[in-house]
This record gives sequence, structure tokens and C-alpha cells, in this order.
Amino acid sequence: MPKIRLEGLVKRFGTVEVLHSIDLTMAENEFTVLVGPSGCGKSTTLRMLAGLDTLSAGEIYIDEKPVSHLEPKDRDLAMVFQDYALYPHMNVARNMSFALRLQKRPKDEIDTKVRDVAKMLGLTEFLNRKPGELSGGQRQRVAMGRALTRDSSTFLFDEPLSNLDAKLRGQMRAELALMRQRVKKNMVYVTHDQIEAMTLADKIVVMRGGYIQQEGSPEELFKRPANKFVAGFLGSPPMNFLDVTLEEGADGFFARGDGFRIALGAELAERARRKGQSEFVMGIRPSDLNYDAQAPDDAAMDLRVSISEYIGAQSVLICKCGEATVTVEIKSETPIALGDVLRFAVRMEGVHLFDKTTEEAL
Amino acid sequence: MNRQSLNRLTPYFFMAPAAVIMAIALFYPLLYMMFGSFRAWDPSQRLNETDFVGLANYTKLLRDEAFLESVTVTLTFAGTVVVAEMLIGVGLALLLDRKIRGMSVLRTLFILPMMIAPVVVGLVWRFMYHPTDGIFNRWLSALGLGRVDWLGDHALMSVIIADIWQWTPFIFILSLAALQSLPRTALEAARIDGATGWQQIVHIKLPLMAPVLIVTFLLRLIDAFKVLEVILVMTEGGPGLSTEILALRIARTAQEFRELGEAAAMSNYLLLLLMVLTLGMFAFTRWQEARAQRLNAVKQEEG
Repeated sequence: MPKIRLEGLVKRFGTVEVLHSIDLTMAENEFTVLVGPSGCGKSTTLRMLAGLDTLSAGEIYIDEKPVSHLEPKDRDLAMVFQDYALYPHMNVARNMSFALRLQKRPKDEIDTKVRDVAKMLGLTEFLNRKPGELSGGQRQRVAMGRALTRDSSTFLFDEPLSNLDAKLRGQMRAELALMRQRVKKNMVYVTHDQIEAMTLADKIVVMRGGYIQQEGSPEELFKRPANKFVAGFLGSPPMNFLDVTLEEGADGFFARGDGFRIALGAELAERARRKGQSEFVMGIRPSDLNYDAQAPDDAAMDLRVSISEYIGAQSVLICKCGEATVTVEIKSETPIALGDVLRFAVRMEGVHLFDKTTEEAL
Repeated sequence: MNRQSLNRLTPYFFMAPAAVIMAIALFYPLLYMMFGSFRAWDPSQRLNETDFVGLANYTKLLRDEAFLESVTVTLTFAGTVVVAEMLIGVGLALLLDRKIRGMSVLRTLFILPMMIAPVVVGLVWRFMYHPTDGIFNRWLSALGLGRVDWLGDHALMSVIIADIWQWTPFIFILSLAALQSLPRTALEAARIDGATGWQQIVHIKLPLMAPVLIVTFLLRLIDAFKVLEVILVMTEGGPGLSTEILALRIARTAQEFRELGEAAAMSNYLLLLLMVLTLGMFAFTRWQEARAQRLNAVKQEEG
């Protein structure tokens, strides 16, 4: 299976440049997820890789061979579309076998292949139905099946789950993850949903405004976001951001904000000190704040609960800390009342500092 | 009559005026014609003065070589023009279904022939086909080729060409509209699945356009059977009977031969033929609607 390399990819629509020199390498058999808000260029990147959109500049290499001049059919890839893009006049079996039939493969081989894939996706009983007679989830599966029958080296997914309702989406996401384990292929997956990105990806590429913000494993991006955007985009509920001032005390450095003063780890403090400035943005994830009335002053925040969102075992509290709003997650059985001021311990490793102007992480 | 049944009758009150006009303008003449077709009827006679002759008019027509020739001409004409127009119209649409600068101007130019009155089309083509002064023969002579006796030896072909020129745009416009409403992503999926341009047309575009194409085909066919003005102006059915289509034959039988009963019987044959085509079209739309309904039912089941 080849690796895919994008080099200086640029896309202009008229005079508007929507992709600014994208460089990206995807290793063999890697599940790469391009994620970002709408308009960030992720779908355009995928369509250029598929050969559906032309490049304005740059080159795409598959297995070190430039492919930008090739037609989609000569790039050895399969694609799953957001609206499934099934052929409405063909039944499920014919939809799935279309590519193989075009290649004039022997009929037996096609039949076996279609039946295998249909079995794997639970489509066997629908093989004679037309797409119009299927539900959204079944159509989604057929689209997946059509890509799988192809046996191509690379799979492209363009927001394949976004037309499904929440429950079905979760189910299909799990099935995709399962399929991922069975099918060892290059996969490039575009989504705006950070949960899909986190659960499926070997590598996440976060994009914004036609630039790559950061790439790396889900854990890497979650733990060490390169900037405030990535930090805020990944994770749910999203990270809290608070304005802080760097303060030197007797026993180290502190981040002082409106109503709290938190001791910084030695390493982070050193990086902040070297910046030579004192105003920063502190980021802390809701899961890094733990309800603990006994926490020491320099590792805790006192928050006034203004809204409690019950979501089952966990509740999300939206609290006030001075003027700022802070979200925390707690176990639902914790006895709290709206208006209470509660003390939350801050997990030291969970504290991130960002430059106030460049928004880069320290 | 209570209030409820009055309510139920309301729509019929509103439809009544239209129904009356239909009855006077359509059904009365139609029934008159059917009645007349069973009688030996001269234009100087009133219908109630004529003699009943049973199916004589109909059976006579079946043995009338001129009539049978006319049927053959009509079938040849309609079949040829509609097939040619479908091929050219759909082909043009497939070629021009892309972003081209000035496409809207081009489209308007393409449909111009359709907007010209048939009589004018007939006159224009008659001049163009003129043996000595017509543009075709002038070109042919200029190129050193022999002249062609367009409206003489090749009259049927010539009127067929004129009709194709006038009505291909109709099919082109409808096909283009059908093409542009096809699901874009299905075509993209086909490209990725490895379909060449030609395979996309054969396996995806044409099958998806089929419902529109079938209706267009039938509409054009029905129209082609009724064509009159263009041929009347160009050849008056001649030379001999070579371009005498049914509509023309009916007009001549009534006016020149003064055989109203026979003309009525002829009209009925044509009507029957068109009826079969119309019913075919109707059945097709019904079948399509039933299919759409079935699909909807499935969707609703899922909620």
C-alpha cells in the first residue's frame, strides 16, 4: 500500500485562494482524518486528492508518483460521499459491482466479492433493492460497500456520517472503527465532527482557513495542542480559556487570574518566563478540574455554579469565575445547588498556556 | 340538499364553465365527426340528409392505395424525424452540458427554430431548396457538384430535414434540463469507479434521463403525426403522393374530393393511432407515479 504525499497544494477559485500550500504526508495504511470547521479546506483537499477538483499549484504523490494529471479512475482509490451518491437506477448489488463490471472482471469473481462485502456489512437481504427503497443507514452501508468491493489501495471518506441521525451516527462510527481493523488500507476521512476524528484516526490533521493547524495522533493533539484553536476544537465539552498574568512568588511561578492563583509546573513556568512577557491565556479542560473541597489554594479554583446540564452519569456545570465562564464535568451524584461556590482542584498537567497575540501554545 | 353535500359539489360548480366549453368545442365536433364517418356525406348535404353506410368508409379506406400510401409516408416521416431528433437533440445536450462561456446565448440561438411559425419555416425552406436560386444548390454548383432536385426526387427527405431542423431544439432543451438536474455526486462516484466519459453516458446519464426522454419521445411522436403546415407550404404533398402525410390527405379528401364521410373515417384512424400513443404515455406516467408512491411509502415506514 502506497503512502500519499501532498506537496505545496494550492487551490484558488477565481481570485480567492482557499488552500494555502498544504504539505502533508500520510504513511502506509494510515487512517488520516482531516478535521476542521466548515470552509477550512478539508473537503477541497480530499476532492483534489480524488481528482474531482483540479490543483492550482503543488503536486500529489501516491507511492512517490505524481498523480495530479491523472483521472480519478487512474488513481486507484474509492470514495464514500456525504450524500452517498448511489446510482438510483441500479439495485444494491449492481451499485456495489459497478466498478468491477466496468473492469470486465469475470462474473463469478464479481458475485463472490459482492456477496462477501454484503455479508460483512449486513446487506445480504437488500441486494435486490434500489437505493430509494433503503433507509439512510442502509444507504450509507451500501456506499461503504461499493467502496470496499473495489479493492483499491486508498479509501476516501467525505463526511460520510453527517447525514445520519445522532444514534445511527454513533452506531456507524463504531462499525467503521471495526471495519478499520479488518481492512488495512490507506484511509483519508474528512469530517467536522471532532468525536469522529478522535475515535477513528491514527492521525488527525486539524485545518482552519486553508492552513494545517496541527497534525498528529489523537492523544498528542489532545494533550499537547499546538495552539488555542486546536485546543478549543478537540475535546468535548471544549477547553476553558482564561486570561492570566504570570507572577513570580517565593516558591516558583503562578498564573494569576480573576479569583485564582495557580502554581505552574517547573517546565511550563520556565517556558513562560523565557517568553519575556507576563500576559497569557490559560487553557484547562473541564475534565482536568475535579471537585475537591480540600484542595490547596494554589492548585484550585473557586467557581460559582450558574447552570447544571444533566447528561446521565456525568453533569456539565457552567460556572462563573469572576467575569469568566468555566465549564467543568462532575459526577451527577455530587450534591450541588445552583449558586453554590465550589472548590475544584486543578490537575497540574492539564494547565496549558497560550501566547495572547499569536495564540501559539507555550 | 344539506350543507355537506353542497360543500362536496362546490368544485364541480367551478369546473362547470370549462366543462361546457370543452363539450361545445371538443366533444361536439368529435362526436359529429364520428357520426359522419358512418355516412356517405357530401359537403353540400346537411348531416341528417346523408345516408347511413355503416363501416363502408372504413373498409374502403383499407383498400384505398392512396390512403395506405399516405399512412406509410406518415409513419416513415414520423419515425425518421423523431428518431433523428432524439439522437441529435440528446447528443447535443450531452456535448453542451458543461460550463461554456456564452452558453445562455447559445441556448437561445438553439431554440430559435422552434419559435418560428411553421408556415414561415415552410416558406424559408422552400426558398432554400429552390432548384436554381436556393442556397443549397447554389453552394453545390459553386463547389462544382451537381444540383439536387430537393423537393422533386428527394421531397420526403427534404421535408424530414426541415422538420429535424425545427424540432431538434425541443428535445435538446428538455434533455439538457434533465441532464443538469442529475445528481452531481453520482456522476463523480462513477468517475471514481472508473467510468470513462462514454461509460458515464451509457450507464449513468441515459438511464437516469430515461423518464424525461420517454415522455419527450412520445410528445414529439404525437406531434409528428399531426404535422401539416410545413409540408403543405413546401410540397403540398407532392410530387405525386411522396410527401402526402395523413393530415394533408384528410384535408384534400374533404375539400378536393368532397368526401366528408371518408375524411372523417380517416381522421378517426389517425385519432385511434394517437390515442394508442397517448394511452401509452399515460400508462407510463401512471407506472412512474406508482413507483414514486411505493418509494415514499417505504420512506415513511422508516419514519
